[in-house]
Amino acid sequence: MLDQTLRFFSLADANVRYVLLGSLLIGGTSGLLGCFGVLRKRSLMGDALAHAALPGVALAFMLTGSKALPVLILGAAISGLLGVLAIQVIVGQTRIKSDAAIGLVLSVFFGLGIVLLTHVQRSGAGNQSGLDKFLFGQAASLVEEDLRVMAWLAAGILAAVVLFFKEFKGLIFDAGFLHASGFPTRLVDLGLMGLIVLTVMVGLQAVGVVLMAAMLITPAVAARFWTERLLTMVWLSALFGSLSGVVGTFVSSLAPRLPTGPVMVLVSTALFAFSALFAPRRGALARWRQHRANVRRETRHHLLRAAVELEERGVRGLGLDQLAVRLGWPQGRVRRWAGRLAREGLIQSVQGRWQLTEAGRQQGAFVVKSHRLWEYYLVHREILAADHVDRPADEVEHLLNPEIITRLEEILQQERQLDITRLGNLHKGESGHRPGGREG
Amino acid sequence: MSDAFWIILTGALAASSCGLLGTFLVLRRMSLLGDALSHAVLPGIALAFFLSGSRAVLPMFLGAALAGLCTTLLVEALHRRWRVQEDASIGIVFTAFFALGVVLISAYAGQVDLDQECVLYGEIAYTPWDLLLWKGASLGPRPVWILGGMLLANLLLVGLCYKELVISSFDPAMAVALGINAAAIHYLLMGAVSLTTVAAFESVGAILVVALMIVPGSAAYLWSDRLPAILGLAVGFGVAAAAGGYYLASRWDSSIAGAMVVVQGGIFGVSLLLAPNQGLLARLVQRGRLSLRMAQDHMLLGLVRRAEARSESHWSRLQVHQAGKVPTWLRGLAFRQLRRQGLVAGGAEGYHLTQAGKGEALRLLRGHRLWETYLNCLGLPEDHVHAGADTVEHFLDDQLRQELSAQVAGAQVDPQGKRIPDPGPPLAQG
Repeated sequence: MLDQTLRFFSLADANVRYVLLGSLLIGGTSGLLGCFGVLRKRSLMGDALAHAALPGVALAFMLTGSKALPVLILGAAISGLLGVLAIQVIVGQTRIKSDAAIGLVLSVFFGLGIVLLTHVQRSGAGNQSGLDKFLFGQAASLVEEDLRVMAWLAAGILAAVVLFFKEFKGLIFDAGFLHASGFPTRLVDLGLMGLIVLTVMVGLQAVGVVLMAAMLITPAVAARFWTERLLTMVWLSALFGSLSGVVGTFVSSLAPRLPTGPVMVLVSTALFAFSALFAPRRGALARWRQHRANVRRETRHHLLRAAVELEERGVRGLGLDQLAVRLGWPQGRVRRWAGRLAREGLIQSVQGRWQLTEAGRQQGAFVVKSHRLWEYYLVHREILAADHVDRPADEVEHLLNPEIITRLEEILQQERQLDITRLGNLHKGESGHRPGGREG
Repeated sequence: MSDAFWIILTGALAASSCGLLGTFLVLRRMSLLGDALSHAVLPGIALAFFLSGSRAVLPMFLGAALAGLCTTLLVEALHRRWRVQEDASIGIVFTAFFALGVVLISAYAGQVDLDQECVLYGEIAYTPWDLLLWKGASLGPRPVWILGGMLLANLLLVGLCYKELVISSFDPAMAVALGINAAAIHYLLMGAVSLTTVAAFESVGAILVVALMIVPGSAAYLWSDRLPAILGLAVGFGVAAAAGGYYLASRWDSSIAGAMVVVQGGIFGVSLLLAPNQGLLARLVQRGRLSLRMAQDHMLLGLVRRAEARSESHWSRLQVHQAGKVPTWLRGLAFRQLRRQGLVAGGAEGYHLTQAGKGEALRLLRGHRLWETYLNCLGLPEDHVHAGADTVEHFLDDQLRQELSAQVAGAQVDPQGKRIPDPGPPLAQG
């Protein structure tokens, strides 16, 4: 195994170089074009296209007797385009919806491809093994001529994307605007579709028709997790695609009968899973941390507000039981959170009872103010009745920033002549107030 | 019994159980989820194969059900929680599962009799030799029993939950309002799709199963509006394709399952061309008829406008042809049609509108000008109302004209100041 690894990465063997470069090209181009396909909401169109290419490959071989890649690719491109056309006719002319049309064309073309392929195999031309690789892909079978064809196609695709980047971007994000600025939207759309066809053709031999769709979808969606910018997404996706291509080819070369396509797909799925879990901001971990931080902040606010409101009513040292009743929490939770606040210096323990520190009082007063201002606002704008405002204010109090507070104060002062400096509790006396808040 | 019989029977059983479920997939716009599911059960099947070391049915069903459930849940999670587009999340999940299945099968190739070819297009040709033995006696091919059981189960599902399936397919909101558990129906259907995939897997492979599901349902949907008829047709198409596929494959040596799909594709193609109402040919005829009727209307309107503007009553053939700006290729046809219907008649001094023709033309003109007035009342400037009226005029009947007249408070002139013709005596022909 070590031998193989060394041989693979030392690039001493010309054949290995071709295979490696080929998978790099395939992964790169499909990652590149996949971005546009996914963002244009055409993810599964690529799937239909790839499946529909199979009968073209078989027919091209049967008609010409040649297994040269350009011939087979031409056949594949023609039947793939026919498939796309069939989908458009079915969707446009009948009540069959696009999902059924895609599934239908995909499977019928594939069935036709299987019939032709098995016929070729059984009619005993003796050289059938060449066509099998188009099902699940066999990167090891790439030779120099194949690579030359692929390199030209890839260069063409790259050039087209660079040249028409602005148009494609417009098509994806605001087709209406693109149309209004005088661009022939349909032509741009067709061009994009044509490039996706070319990309599928590049990958056909090494990835296979069955799983080509994954190379167009998975790296692009994985890249989407890391960025909000199209350009970054495009090159990141191309990077993910190339990585899947190279690693997939390497791993599949370790086992004798392992087709390349599925391994590439599994590698790109792993990249996707990693992105979905660990990407900053949009990844699951980042979102879980954000969520936890929110819950903590809300809990802290509730505790501080309870303390401030108890002090307002003249309670000096606060007991755990008082806070627990006030908040409607179990005592254990109050103890845990009081400990946390004490470590942050917001409250302090004086003879076994809790007291707000100056910093804590300031923060708490701000929360109380937010809460009450929002309650007053809801009541005075007649959005809600006075006995319904507590719960909404509970949720909003954490989100109000100083600017919004100032604005609320202005509104209330101007419209209601309220004395902001002496804002009391809207609920006279004891309101039976139970700040909610999730377990944190 | 001959081999052909068993093979066709197997194919027919597979096609009918798939067609039954597939019709609902098509109607519920879940074809792609069905597609994904049938791919995604592969690792479940493969694992069951390796763990049990045999083709025992129960482990395979369990494995497939598990893989199917994982797929459905993962697609939902990616779509809902990670906000990945739905089709992209389907694409990611099923390709990953399928790739895993293929890798598993390749890695263990040779240890069990399951290979890539079987995954792709099944082994229906071996059906007659795959016998179910009980106490040494043969009960017939095993796949026939499995698929027969599956068909029975699917029939039972559709029969018992028919009402729920129908309502939740056509009107999900109403289903919820009626207290039907839409999620349960969804998962039931997905479960049935997974299990049917497994049952049909050995015979037709994991990819062609999709064709058996989606194609007959879609073809039947073109022929009828009634669900029982669609279901019956879908099953019928499936059975016909099984027989046709067998003969195609034996004629032209190739995969039988693939040939079945090709025949189904052919059935769909024929339906696409010939189906009443939905077919391409029927649509062409409808469209042609409508164009002709509109051309006739325009010609009549052109004549009556000329009569109004220049007090003419007789025209040459060329003048009639050019009236109303009818597209050139339709002129002769529209003119002949008008004469045949007795709306225009010829004489020594040229062609003229008959009494009936005049009535019809005035009715059209009244509709046109009433619509213009109405649009104008709605606030559209008077130089923008003509185009709209030009399209709507063909579709107004007496009752609508009356309502329009009431809407514009019985106005006598249109926004351009032209007189709106009085309603003529109602005609029997309408």
